[in-house]
This record gives sequence, structure tokens and C-alpha cells, in this order.
Amino acid sequence: MSTTTNMAIITFITNNPYYVLLALSTAVAAGILGAFAVMRRMALASDPISHIALPGLGLALLLKINPLIGAAATLLVGALLIWSFEKRTGIATETLIGVVFSLALAIGSIVTSGEELIDALLGNYSNVSPTEFFVGIAVVIAIIAFLLAKRQELTLAILSPDLAETSGVATDRLNLYFLLAFVATVLLGLRFVGVLLMGSLVIIPAAVAKNLARSMRGMITIGAAVAVASVLAGLAGAIYLHLPTGPAIVTVAAAIFILSLLKKQRD
Amino acid sequence: MKILEVRDLSVYFDNTAALENVSFDVEREDSLAIIGPNGAGKTVLFRALLGTVPYQGEIKWAGDARIGYVPQRLTIERALPLTVQEFLNTKLHILRANPSEVKSLLEIVRLQPAILKRPLAKISSGQLQRALIVFALIGNPNVLLFDEPTASVDPSSEEQIYETLHNLEDQRHLTTLIISHDLSLVYRYANKVLCLSGKQLCFGVPQETLSTETLNKLYGAPRKYYEHHHEHGHNHVHN
Repeated sequence: MSTTTNMAIITFITNNPYYVLLALSTAVAAGILGAFAVMRRMALASDPISHIALPGLGLALLLKINPLIGAAATLLVGALLIWSFEKRTGIATETLIGVVFSLALAIGSIVTSGEELIDALLGNYSNVSPTEFFVGIAVVIAIIAFLLAKRQELTLAILSPDLAETSGVATDRLNLYFLLAFVATVLLGLRFVGVLLMGSLVIIPAAVAKNLARSMRGMITIGAAVAVASVLAGLAGAIYLHLPTGPAIVTVAAAIFILSLLKKQRD
Repeated sequence: MKILEVRDLSVYFDNTAALENVSFDVEREDSLAIIGPNGAGKTVLFRALLGTVPYQGEIKWAGDARIGYVPQRLTIERALPLTVQEFLNTKLHILRANPSEVKSLLEIVRLQPAILKRPLAKISSGQLQRALIVFALIGNPNVLLFDEPTASVDPSSEEQIYETLHNLEDQRHLTTLIISHDLSLVYRYANKVLCLSGKQLCFGVPQETLSTETLNKLYGAPRKYYEHHHEHGHNHVHN
């Protein structure tokens, strides 16, 4: 990397410390969350979940309010709908999300316009205000604290809901909290990775971790590390090549995934 | 003294009865075998007893009942990097049980401590079944529910698992409820038997209750033994 490039990256970090710190913190949450999402076989579901944010973003832009508030509203409603459908019908989360919420992408595309749509879909460099930063960090801490404090219950509920229930785990409530943690992580990552690709930041690092780890603890650690490395290298690449942030971050994550496949084949 | 009372228990899925009007009692330290053909509602009964399916009727566990449950099988994705230790830790953590408990439980089921570091998805079916028994015994339960404990293990492990269960009942004064296809087991280990075929066909002491007529009614054909071969996906009847 040339000195000019290094300078560009350092200047960006110096000028946007809140943006960079929040992006990296979000990556840690996404990596840990992904370990459980992959175990829960939610890999395919995570993309449509992030799409649910788009109609909210679009409506908020139309109403000239903070787009994240709109996204938060639709994500929350979406999570509650998924949870109650799953509980009532017993249909797999993936099917429900796939069928009902991909529609959100279509509606979102209609109500969001031009450049804003591209930013919403692919992530951008928009400034993070101090308030957004502190609220964001508080949410990241809450997500990580929940996932780590409840990792035993989550693991058991994923492995066997019956065993979890008989061990005293309230699986319904736990599923709801997990979905809320999922949508909160998606919401945090929207700015950096975009609606289209945020699901990938949750799933790809966890998929790498699944290829490399020999324990659940290892899976969580590797997932978080790969997510952080992807965001760091992706942001640097995006600044250097003048690309949207989301595709750059996800390309790095996907490259690490391919390398992890080679290691897995050797094992 | 009763540890479980079940009255007029019915379970419906989409308005179809999976179980209808089942009533029975279990005394402390009873060993109750639950028998019946496939689809008779045996596992559904367990799930109702465990509170994981909605039901009608009454299920009354004694206030001090601590239930351990061994499922028929655990479907684990082979690539899942969860070790046996991590699997057992989940229950140790949830019940705040003493981790040193695991060592003695491994001895009881004849598993080497080295197995704790292995991925749960890569141990043999016999070892997995024993690990599930260890899991069920964490927290010192006084009632154990076994759903076909030997359905997925080879015959040599099968005998050992039943011996282990029998010893456990004696040593720990456990009440056990076992779903089984194996009638010889019922005669050897159970002091009570419940016959299910969607509804209750019999309940009582095996030697008195299991008449040829009852068994014919239960399985629909004259028989002595009813064996379940999961690997072939069908059942064999030996007369």
C-alpha cells in the first residue's frame, strides 16, 4: 500500500473516529451473534431479516426523520411477527422469513429514492454523531452481554428445545430475545454494510468459524475476530478504491471464507 | 407415595388426537415401562409430561420432583464444533450444579473423561446415548424419563445401558419412566407397564397386565417380541 493510501485511511480514521469504532464494535456483536445464527440454521434467513429495514428507512427519509428510527421500527415489527408466527405455526423461521419478508425489499425499493437507496442498500461513509455513537455502543454492549450471559441456554435451546425446556430454559422468551438481538445488530450495521449485505456480516464470519473451530468457545472467538478483520480491511479497501463500504467488507469476509475452506479440506 | 398423577390426559395436533383419555399414577421408585406400536403416542405422552406440548386433562408432579430426560436421539449437524464438555456445561450452568458431578457420572455410564474434549457430533451413537444419560443426571434428578434409550445403539451397548439404568435406579432411588419396544426389558426391569395405542389399553403390573389378548390388541397381531430397527426404518415382529 502506498504512503498516499495509508494517509487517506489514517485521515479517515482521524476524522471519523466514532464511525470506525462503532463499525468495529458492531462487527464483534455480529461475529458472536452469527455463531448462534449459523447453529440455528438461520444462514438463509439473515438476509431477508436485514431487508425488513428498507421500507422503514424509505418511509423515514420521506417523513424527514432519522432513517435509523424508521429501520428500527420495521425491524422490531418484523422480529415480533417472525416470533409469533413461528410460535403459533411451528413453521421453520427460515421459511417464514423467506416468504413474508423478502417482500419488504420490494416495498422498500419503491419508497426509497435514487442515491439514498444505493446508500441504504450498500452502506456508506455518513458521519456518526456523538449521540448515535454512544447509543450504538450501549446497544452493542447489551447485545454482547446478552449473548455471552445466555450462551449456555442459547446453545442448548438450539441443540434440543426439549432438553432446554426440561432443564428450565424458557425457550419462547429466549427465541424472542435472540431475534431482537439479531435485528438490533442488523440495525447497527446498516450504515456500514447496507441493507443488502448486513446479513452476510453476521453469517460469513460465523461460517468461517464453523470451518476452523473445534469448540463453541472457539467458534464465537473466531467469528468475532473474522468480522472485525473483515470490517477493518473492508473499510480500508473501500477508502482506497472509492467503493461503497458494504461490498468491500463482505468481499473481504468471503475471501477469508474461501481460505477457511482450504484449511477445512486439509483437516 | 405418588410422584406423578395423570388424569384424562389428551393431546391433539390439528384436531387429530395423538393421545386420548390416559390416566395413571406413578409411585416413588417405580419403574414404569410405556409400550405400544409406532405412532401410539408414547413420545407425545413424554412431551406432555415434560410440558413441551399443549394438553388437556391433568398432570400433577409431586412438588419435589426433579426430572431428567433422555431423548430418543439428538440430531446434530456433523460440522458443529460443540464438545461433549460444552454440551454438559450448558446444564451445569443453567442448574448451577457442581462441575465435579460430571466425573462420577462418567464413571457410572462407563465413559472415559477424554471424551469430554471430543465434538459431540463425532462420538458414536452408544457414546452419545451415555452422554445424554450423564446430561439427564446432572442436578441430581429423582425422576428419569427415557425415550427408547437403546433405539440407536448396537446390541452390545444396549445391554450395558439397561444394566446402568437398573443400577442407577437402585443406587439413587430413582423413579423411571421408560418408553420401549422391547418386551423382555419390560418383564425384567419394570414393575409397572402402560400400554398405549393412541388411547390407554392397559396399566398395571406387567406379569398380570400383559395378557396375550392385550398384546394382540396392542400390536394387532399375535407376538412375543417387538423389535425396532431404526437403521432399516421398519419394524420386525418375531413370533
